[in-house]
Amino acid sequence: MSELKPMSDNSPNSPERRRFIGAATATAAGLTLAPGVMLIEVAHGRPDEQAASSAVRWGMLVDATQCATGCDDCVTACSTENGWTPIAESQHKKQAPQWIRKLELQNPLTQMETSLPMMCQHCAEPPCVDVCPTGASFKRADGIVLVNRHTCIGCRYCMMACPYKARSLVHESLNDTQKPDVPRGIGCVEACTFCVQKVDRGDGTTACVEACTAAGHNALLFGDMNDPESEISKRLRELPTKQVRADLNLNLGVRYHGI
Amino acid sequence: MKRLLALGAVVLTTAALAWAGLDDDQPKAGGAPKPVIAEPTKGERCVEDEAYMRRNHMKLLDHHRDETVLQGIRTKKYSLKECVNCHASKKTGSVATAKDDFCVSCHSYAAVKIDCFDCHSTKPQASLAMHPLNAEAAHYKHEMDGDEQ
Repeated sequence: MSELKPMSDNSPNSPERRRFIGAATATAAGLTLAPGVMLIEVAHGRPDEQAASSAVRWGMLVDATQCATGCDDCVTACSTENGWTPIAESQHKKQAPQWIRKLELQNPLTQMETSLPMMCQHCAEPPCVDVCPTGASFKRADGIVLVNRHTCIGCRYCMMACPYKARSLVHESLNDTQKPDVPRGIGCVEACTFCVQKVDRGDGTTACVEACTAAGHNALLFGDMNDPESEISKRLRELPTKQVRADLNLNLGVRYHGI
Repeated sequence: MKRLLALGAVVLTTAALAWAGLDDDQPKAGGAPKPVIAEPTKGERCVEDEAYMRRNHMKLLDHHRDETVLQGIRTKKYSLKECVNCHASKKTGSVATAKDDFCVSCHSYAAVKIDCFDCHSTKPQASLAMHPLNAEAAHYKHEMDGDEQ
């Protein structure tokens, strides 16, 4: 919703001016609202009937130097957006769904502590897709790795194959507690979807990124890695970043700075 | 005499049972009770003719689901979410909670199990403004909606 902020900054707006801005947004879609402020929806939104395109590759940059120890706003936001029960509230903690989790790491030699979120890395060459016996695990054209729950048989082979422990199985019936935008159910494997429902809506961001930005940490950045002008591409050009288990050559969609 | 009494008892019981049967709501020779088809809570008419939808809704939904999941095509016309938005019952707010709710009513008549709602929500989406993450910006949405009118 950051694209709406510039309007709130001009707070002494008369109703006429507001109406004018509203009309301007509706008609002159694609233009800049204020210098340097693009409507994100326009920049990345695609019409409902248009398929996801491989011209886009969604990715995330995690700045571990900004990620606060003990903060799990990203995890809470993910659980709220996607409707999964957080581990703390789960009756069977070892079986609890885990789309994103916080890791606190310590270098045994230097004692340096690192805090970072870990989730599906949306590999360009995903091992979970390689091993899936039914083709349920797949990579969408825009690089988002998903599970087609209509064909998933819950064998959990992909959970074994994933080097990042990113996937979990829904063990128990969810009794109609799902969000209308996020179908999920018993007997299927699931993981981070890069908030595909938000991406397709044209939000151009994910719940965890929104929460991290709202908390003022700015440790997460989401965007199109194929667009050289996108914020994430610019940052990736400037910052030294790493892929977790880069030795596996999976070409990850999530890149870490400061690990 | 004993035999006569026994015979009389049998005749009386049969008659009583037959009489009770007439008053009962048991299915008649015509077949099972017809499903209750509730009027949609919003919308004038369905996306296709009623007769066509009764026979083919599953094909439309199947086709649409593959396009949506695999390619990210999210047109609304044949989307299950839109079915739910219009057909959720006024009483339960759902299409498949009570036995008279829209989907369940026909499906139990036809004895066809619905798998959709193992994963999909049976209730319409709450308005965007209700979402806690959008609470901060919700009033902008209202303003902009108002401006368009």
